[in-house]
Amino acid sequence: MANKILAVLEQRDGKLKKISFEVARAASDIAQKLNAGVEAVVIGNEVEGIENVGGYGVEKVTHYKHADLHNYSSSAYGDIIAEHVNNSGNDIIFFGNTAMGKDLAPKVAVKLNAGIAMDCTAFEIEDGELIATRPVYAGKALIDVKLTSGKKIFTLRPNVFNPGEPSGAKAEVEVKEVANPNLSVRVVELKKSEGKLDVAEASIIVSGGRGMKGPENFHLVEELADLLGAAVGASRAVVDAGWRPHSEQVGQTGKTVSPNLYIALGISGAIQHLAGMRSSKYIVAVNKDPDAPIFQVADYGITGDVFEVVPAMIEEIKKLKEG
Amino acid sequence: MKIAVCVSHVPDTATKVKIGSDGKSIDPSGVTYVVNPYDEFAIEEALKTKEQLGGEVVVISLGTEANKESLRKALAMGADSAVLLKDDKQRDSFAVAKALAEEIKNQGAEIVFFGKQSVDYDNSITGQLTAELLGYNYVSVVVDLKIDGNKVIAEREIEGGREVVETTLPVVITAQKGLNEPRYASLKGIMAAKRKTIEEKEAAPADNYVEIIRMKKPAPKQPGKIIGSDASAVPELIRLLREEAKVI
Ligand SMILES: Cc1cc2nc3c(=O)[nH]c(=O)nc-3n(C[C@H](O)[C@H](O)[C@H](O)COP(=O)(O)OP(=O)(O)OC[C@H]3O[C@@H](n4cnc5c(N)ncnc54)[C@H](O)[C@@H]3O)c2cc1C
Repeated sequence: MANKILAVLEQRDGKLKKISFEVARAASDIAQKLNAGVEAVVIGNEVEGIENVGGYGVEKVTHYKHADLHNYSSSAYGDIIAEHVNNSGNDIIFFGNTAMGKDLAPKVAVKLNAGIAMDCTAFEIEDGELIATRPVYAGKALIDVKLTSGKKIFTLRPNVFNPGEPSGAKAEVEVKEVANPNLSVRVVELKKSEGKLDVAEASIIVSGGRGMKGPENFHLVEELADLLGAAVGASRAVVDAGWRPHSEQVGQTGKTVSPNLYIALGISGAIQHLAGMRSSKYIVAVNKDPDAPIFQVADYGITGDVFEVVPAMIEEIKKLKEG
Repeated sequence: MKIAVCVSHVPDTATKVKIGSDGKSIDPSGVTYVVNPYDEFAIEEALKTKEQLGGEVVVISLGTEANKESLRKALAMGADSAVLLKDDKQRDSFAVAKALAEEIKNQGAEIVFFGKQSVDYDNSITGQLTAELLGYNYVSVVVDLKIDGNKVIAEREIEGGREVVETTLPVVITAQKGLNEPRYASLKGIMAAKRKTIEEKEAAPADNYVEIIRMKKPAPKQPGKIIGSDASAVPELIRLLREEAKVI
């Protein structure tokens, strides 16, 4: 029996990230099913709009605050969350399966001697126990797991748990000033890729493969992505060729993504690529080879030349935007 | 300086996964096992660190006899010694980390490398768990690393950029692609690796906290529509995306 669920929210640059609302909503939905309480924590300096988490079913948020906590520090954040859990008696803790969540959740797991299930994509309650579903082998299979430890930690795959529309309710925010954060591991600088949306966070991704023929043609992929507010992705073949940075690689040895829309341009659909994107809600493929395996997972396909089809897509979307 | 690198032995990424007869794990028949792709970056970084700072590289793997193949590969690339922590039972990441932490302590290693993620269970936490059990600092998903005396500066990949992280030894680093270019084993290295003995020990026991209830295949995708074979299909594609899928 669970009694109190904790949702760990995430901020960057003083703003709550989208994953925070997904985690809050999932935590409050599950709390309701388990007849448990739910609360949230956020760690940072100034953080805007924390009360809005109330719209996703979480009534109480503790904001741990210190100027040195503006940027992530695994040592400081880990200590704070473990102490919160010990004081508050939470028995289930949710994180986002983000760069921060993946780094931080295991630290907290050791401090609390808690079992940990990463990258969960669904939850079910069986005999009063929380069962998590998570992809393994890059999504080629799924496992249903339960945690047998006293405290249990789950991280939630971004873009899977729909936060829905906020209700307008406001959460009660308690600010706790942190005295001496443990900064033995700390971020001294944040290097942002200029104005670029990351594939792991985007709700639309436009990806290019070797069929784009060369780095000089990726302006087509970028232009289409810009028009759709999408992130640019890439196959490993084009990353290995040095046409695109590794941060854009989608697949088993790149990023696993679940956007609403994934557009694959000149990508064959090798098993390692499919593994990283097959759980996208809608998949569009443009490839001149009708036998390319990408068409086996595509919802909509055009068996044509990217150099004809992509410019036409750009034109069509421009028309839409103007009209 | 003692440097450790932990490697896992996993199904090749080209593997087509079939569910095994226990309904909880994959059917291993016909599956080729390889050193985990990210661990190759970890091995390379361990060797580079040794070249820079001096010392010795020990490679550690937990599993069965079969893992010796991955250990040999690391030896062939240039690792000095290898330890197999024997256990044929399936362990969750926490239970793996407990045994690894125990051995790293035995070895007295102060710089430890892992791959950022093992491509079988995709947990991406074994390095961090091990570090925390040892009381070491850690930086995960590292794409650039500098060690200067006691000071460690590592860049880690995050959404939309990188974090530059500062910490001190002892440290665990989990390697991401981009950190380096793994070297190929030379013929001399391969021959030398054959002569080296792999030390075998029983892995320290630990309980699993994760209980696998079942393994299943994801729901198959419905076959999609081919809308056309040239640019003339584009207006219909855009219409479907707007009206049927409602995603743009
Ligand atoms: C250990 C390991 C890990 C891997 N991890 C990943 C991973 O994470 N991500 C990943 O993507 N791959 C990964 N791969 C590589 C994978 O096996 C493929 O090699 C790669 O995905 C192929 O990329 P591609 O589809 O761009 O290129 P290709 O397979 O060369 O496909 C190019 C496609 O473009 C089409 N085409 C060509 N010209 C045109 C045109 N003018 N118009 C339209 N279509 C055109 C062709 O028909 C073809 O289907 C991994 C491989 C290994 C061994």
